[in-house]
Amino acid sequence: MSNPASASRYFVPQPSHWPLVGSLALLLLATGAVLAMNSVAGGSLVLIGGFVVLAIMLFGWFGRVIGESESGSYNGQVDRSFRWAMSWFIFSEVMFFAAFFGALFYVRVLSVPDIASPDQALLWEGFKDQWPTAGPAAKDLFTPMHAWGIPAINTLLLLSSGVTITWAHWGLLANKRQQLIVGLAMTIVLGLVFISLQAYEYFEAYSHLNLKMTTGVYGSTFYMLTGFHGFHVTLGATMLIVILVRSMKGHFTAERHFAFEAVAWYWHFVDVVWLGLFIVVYWL
Amino acid sequence: MQATQHAAHTGNHDDESHGHHPTGLMRWVTTTNHKDIGSMYLWFSFIMFLVGGAMSLIIRGELLAPGLQYVSPEFYNQMLTLHALIMVFGAIMPAFVGFANWMIPMMIGAPDMAFARMNNWSFWLLPPAAILLVASMFVPGGAAGTGWTLYPPLSIQMGMGMDLTIFAVHILGMSSIMGSINIITTILNMRAPGMTLMKMPLFCWTWLVTGFLLIASMPILAGAVTMLLTDRHFGTSFFSAAGGGDPVLFQHIFWFFGHPEVYIIALPAFGVVSHVIPAFSRKHLFGYTSMVYAIAAIGLISFFVWAHHMYVTGIPLTGQLYFMYATMLIAIPTGVKVFNWITTMWRGSLSFETPMLFALGFLVLFTIGGLTGLVLAMTAVDIQLQDTYYVVAHFHYVMVAGALFSAYAGLYFWLPKWTGHMYHEGLGKLHFWSSMIFFNIAFFPQHFLGLAGMPRRIPDYAQQFADFNLISTVGAFGFGISQLLVLVVVFKAVKGGAKAESRPWDGAHGLEWTVPSPAPYHTFEEPPAFDPAEAHA
Repeated sequence: MSNPASASRYFVPQPSHWPLVGSLALLLLATGAVLAMNSVAGGSLVLIGGFVVLAIMLFGWFGRVIGESESGSYNGQVDRSFRWAMSWFIFSEVMFFAAFFGALFYVRVLSVPDIASPDQALLWEGFKDQWPTAGPAAKDLFTPMHAWGIPAINTLLLLSSGVTITWAHWGLLANKRQQLIVGLAMTIVLGLVFISLQAYEYFEAYSHLNLKMTTGVYGSTFYMLTGFHGFHVTLGATMLIVILVRSMKGHFTAERHFAFEAVAWYWHFVDVVWLGLFIVVYWL
Repeated sequence: MQATQHAAHTGNHDDESHGHHPTGLMRWVTTTNHKDIGSMYLWFSFIMFLVGGAMSLIIRGELLAPGLQYVSPEFYNQMLTLHALIMVFGAIMPAFVGFANWMIPMMIGAPDMAFARMNNWSFWLLPPAAILLVASMFVPGGAAGTGWTLYPPLSIQMGMGMDLTIFAVHILGMSSIMGSINIITTILNMRAPGMTLMKMPLFCWTWLVTGFLLIASMPILAGAVTMLLTDRHFGTSFFSAAGGGDPVLFQHIFWFFGHPEVYIIALPAFGVVSHVIPAFSRKHLFGYTSMVYAIAAIGLISFFVWAHHMYVTGIPLTGQLYFMYATMLIAIPTGVKVFNWITTMWRGSLSFETPMLFALGFLVLFTIGGLTGLVLAMTAVDIQLQDTYYVVAHFHYVMVAGALFSAYAGLYFWLPKWTGHMYHEGLGKLHFWSSMIFFNIAFFPQHFLGLAGMPRRIPDYAQQFADFNLISTVGAFGFGISQLLVLVVVFKAVKGGAKAESRPWDGAHGLEWTVPSPAPYHTFEEPPAFDPAEAHA
């Protein structure tokens, strides 16, 4: 509110049908997912329909926002609102991951030692308190994922991508468009290589290590944590691609480029989550 | 409600927005106006309240007498699960989001919410979630019958209705998170010049903390139900000891969300009461600063007390002691608030219109609910009372007499501002007294049932519990029928009645009372001057 010129004029968007389209998409996605999971005919079709409607909504809604931004409708107050909102959104994502990290800590510190305790010997005879474990009822052997192979390379890739996106930001701030575009492209390539290596790691785990979602609580926490992280990297890479295309179209100025910063914040967030994963899922 | 103001709007907000606004149904579907969206939230929550209320009458009908009379035990379990989910997520929470939408921009001098389009999406996510929940009754196996806590292993064994419930919870969570981000951003970034945080109306403070609680706890619930889903369909073992997991893990995650959820519902209720009591005492709120700190303290401590819902799960004695003391700690900031409300009335020039009656009803009954909460916080006592009707009585005093009575206080308080007409005072008072009396007939005997050992979530019971159950059922039906009165009151006020002045309550303070009644479609085109005399402190 320090700038009276920007404070004297509020921005309120026009009525929009995109929220309703988004709600329809989620209704279709949820219905389709429930039907597909329960093997009801047509469920997958409804699910795909939901994804199509969601994609249309995202293109339409974000296209509208980008248009408003480029036409100069957003003042300093709107910019500050975006900053608050993105920060709180990332906080909500942190809490979502916290639920799964919490589950991992719980099983490692409490439930596995408890199942292996003398109190439970009648139920689960001979089960030893060790990590990783597939649980007392597991029959197949599996090989856990080691930290110092692909995961270590992935750590280097994501940390480097944090550097390249900052370098791209410096380019944007210094009006060096070439540096911005090259930096973004490098970040995207690093992200895509990360996702490919994760996919390869899953393939190896399923085909050679006998490490699956069904591999007891180790498989559960491993796949859910790395899977949700990989999903977020994919989202982040998609957002980076949008920012790259916008940069090539000449969007953003050295002063006004919150979309770039929001995506950069998000990218750093997935980076930090990965470091946590690397330490407590792969390493320790 | 706002149709008459619609034409009068003179847009000075978006360069392209002059003139054409959709009309009819499309107006409501596409709206970016906080008043439209607030009204939709309130109507939606009232419809859900009637649906959830009908389910509670099925429950109470079955409990009219010992033995099974009307429904099967399976259907009884589905009704009590859906009743709770619909009342918590469909009725009470959207009601307070509706108040936030209507009042916060007007209280802080903002033109609208910070993200008006996303605001509309937050609302329109609720109907799909409601459709999924209601549809779950009609799929093979019926709705989830686990109780609203969705504990495994039972929830792992349920049919397709459980999956619909899980996705409904996901969508409701998205709606809550977006709504909270919007409200927090609006409060932090859209206040009129001169309105510092410590001069902000208390309702805004309660929503600032509530928004934080929602953003911090809803993703945890999303994580919990996601684990349920993968345990159900993708072979994970989070909640299965055979795979090294633990069903109690779900309870920890669920209640890490579930306890803040209690304050997500209670804090906005505190906020409404903190406006109503000063207005009808014709005094400023006593101890504004301590109220703000009490709200923040309640919000913070609520994250560290979750296992008081789990004393009988075998958690260690040290854990039980910690959670007992931490839970009792919440009584201190809550006590500060209760004493401040009472002190606000001390030597005030009191009058007892309907909003004040509901606020006083809240104060008395919520305090009873809070004190039974202290009783339940004690580990040794709770081990006796866990899963008895004492718990049911306790949380209905908090949820119904706390949150619902406060919502009614807010409804009667602000209805003149929304509609431009005074409501029918006689009907309002009738509504209050019938609610107050029937509520206590319905729920007070449940304390005795619980102390005598009647378990909750049971469609049948021993003969010795028959009398109090009969009384409780009579009270529940009386309470349910009384709630239809509010529909009459609102329709009458929308259609006509005595013209409301811009400040219909002479003791009310705040920017919202400086604009005409009904409030214009766009309240503030320019940041208003904030008069410190309107501040609550």
